[in-house]
Amino acid sequence: MLERGRPITSAELNRRADWIRLQTVDLIEQAGIGHYSSTFSCAEIIATLYYHVLRLRPDDPQWPDRDRFLLGKGHVATGLWPVLADLGYYPAEWLKQFGKIGSPLNDHPNMRLAPGIDFSSGSLGHNLSVATGIAYAGRLSNLDYRTFVLTGDGELQEGQVWEAAMAASHYRLGNLVAIVDANGFSGAGPTSDAMNIEPLATRFEAFGWRAVEIDGHDVDALTRTFDELPDPSSGQPTCVIARTRKGKGVAMMEESPQAWHLGLLSPRLRDRVVAEISGRMR
Amino acid sequence: MTQTEPKMVDVFSDVEIDTALATNAAGFAIAAMADTNPHIVTLTADLGAVLAEFRERHPARYIELGIAETNSVSVAAGLATCGYLPYIYSMAPFGILKCAEQIRTDLAYNHLPVRLVGRLTGLAMGIFGTSHHAVEDVAVARALTNMTVIAPADSNAVLSLMRSTEHHEGPIYVRISEGAGQVYVEPPAFEFGRWLRLRTGVDVSLIGHGMGVGLAVRAAHELAARGVEADVYDAAFLKPYDADSIVDTVRRTGAVLTIEDHSEVGGLAGIVAETLGRNGVSARVGHVALPDEDLEVGVPADLYEYYGLTPAGVVNKALELAQL
Repeated sequence: MLERGRPITSAELNRRADWIRLQTVDLIEQAGIGHYSSTFSCAEIIATLYYHVLRLRPDDPQWPDRDRFLLGKGHVATGLWPVLADLGYYPAEWLKQFGKIGSPLNDHPNMRLAPGIDFSSGSLGHNLSVATGIAYAGRLSNLDYRTFVLTGDGELQEGQVWEAAMAASHYRLGNLVAIVDANGFSGAGPTSDAMNIEPLATRFEAFGWRAVEIDGHDVDALTRTFDELPDPSSGQPTCVIARTRKGKGVAMMEESPQAWHLGLLSPRLRDRVVAEISGRMR
Repeated sequence: MTQTEPKMVDVFSDVEIDTALATNAAGFAIAAMADTNPHIVTLTADLGAVLAEFRERHPARYIELGIAETNSVSVAAGLATCGYLPYIYSMAPFGILKCAEQIRTDLAYNHLPVRLVGRLTGLAMGIFGTSHHAVEDVAVARALTNMTVIAPADSNAVLSLMRSTEHHEGPIYVRISEGAGQVYVEPPAFEFGRWLRLRTGVDVSLIGHGMGVGLAVRAAHELAARGVEADVYDAAFLKPYDADSIVDTVRRTGAVLTIEDHSEVGGLAGIVAETLGRNGVSARVGHVALPDEDLEVGVPADLYEYYGLTPAGVVNKALELAQL
C-alpha cells in the first residue's frame, strides 16, 4: 500500500515532474496530437499528489479506502498515464498502445478501461460535482478517504462547477479538495479575457470554501499545503489555487502557451524540447 | 412465451384506488425498497415533497441538491462509483432534457446504476407553459447507449417496474405518467425488455406506453362494441423494446396504432415504424402522439382532448386504420 505523506525530496519531485513532461512528449508523438502546455502546467501537481500525498493500492484499484483523484481537466491524461504505469496499475507496455484503437488509455481518461481512474472525464465542469458525490459517499460510509479533483481555470467558467461548489460547502464536505491549475489560459486565449474568473480565492470563499493560493510549480509549497489540510471534521472543503505557467518547463511553450495548447512537435523541435527538459534532470 | 395474465382493472367499474399511492407510487415505492436495500439513496432538485415518506424513514439517505439538476446527476454518478444506488427524483423537462449531457457522459458511458425518476412528464404541467412540457424525453433518453427507458402505465406498474429493475447494472429512466388511468389491479409481472399483451384481437394493434396504455385499454372496449377487436400491448420498456411483439402483433392485424403523450419524433411511433421497416413487415401505421410543432398551453385534460389523447381520439384513429 502507498501511505499518505510518503517521504520524497523536493529534488526528486521536481525530477518526477520533468519525467512526466518527457513522457507526455512521447505519448503525444505516438498519438499524433495532444495537449502539451496544459499538461506541463500541472506536472508538479500530479507528481506531488501521486508520489507523496495520495493513499493508494495500485494492486487493488477499487479498494474502498483509497484516496480518490479525479482529473477534471481530462485533456491532460497524457501526464497521468505514465504515472499510473510507474505505480503499477498496469504494465508500462500499455503506454505503447496510446492513441491506437482499442487502447485502454485514451486522450481523456475512461474509468471503465483504465485501472486507477476514479472517474471518466472529458466534458469540462462535471468532475467537481462527481467528486462531491464521492466525498458525500465517504462520509455516509464512515470511510476516511479524501477526494481530490484537479480542474483547469477555464473549466471554472462552467456553471455546474458553482452548483457543485455550493453543494460541497452546504454539506460541509471537509474531505473534498479542489485544485485549480490556474495557468491563465484556455483553448482560445487568456482565460479571463474570454470570461473573467478572478478573484478566484474570494469567489471560492464566498461559496463557503477554505481557499489557499500557492505557486503550483513549487513542490515544497504543494507538499506543505497538502500535508497541512485540515481534518475533514472541519466541515469545510478546501480549494488550492495553484498559480501555474501554461507550458512550464519548456521556454518556447512558456513564451507562446497558446500555440502549444494542442499540437504536435516537429522532429527538430521535439529534440530541442527533450534536450531542454533532460538537461535539468541530470 | 408464457406470461402470467396481468390482473386488470375493469374500466367500466368505479375502481377504489388509494389516491395517494396512485399519484405518488414512485415516492412510496422507493421508501419501501430502501427498507431492505441499504445502498439506496435519493437525490432531488427541489422535488423533495414526493419523497416525504422516504425522508421520514431514511433521513440520512436523502440528499437535496436544490434547483440544480445537472449537478444532481453528476453527484449521483459519484455516489454510484462508491457502491450506492441513487434514485434522482426530478421534473422531467429539467431532470432529463436539461441534463442530457450529464446523463450520457457521467451515467450512460460509465454504465453507472443511477435511476432517473422523471415526474410530471408529457403535458402534465401543460398549464405552466411550453417550458414545462416534457415531450422529447423518451427520444433523448433512448438515443443514449446503455440507457434503459421504462414508462409505467399506472401506479401498480410503477411498483412492479421499480422493484424488478432494482438490481439492473446500468442507468434507467423511469418515466412517470401523471395522466394515467388505472390499468392493473395489482403490480403486474414484467420480463425485462418485454411488453405485456393485455388483450387479443385481429383487427388492429394498439400499443401504448405510460398513459397511452390506459387509453388503449379503454379504447379497445369501445372498439369491441363496434365489432373491432384490438390487440393491445403495454410497451413499458422503450429501451430495450420488444421488437418480437411488434412484428408478431402486426403480422396478426396488419394495422398498428401507437399511443403516447410524447412527440411523434423519436418515441414509440418511431420505435414501431423502425422495427417494421427493419423487419420488412408491411402494415398500416398510425400514431396518437404530439405533433412536431409548437404545442398549446392549457390544463392537461384540455390538452389531452385537443391532441386526441383520449379513448375517443384513439377509437377514431383506430377505426381509420382498421378499415373495416
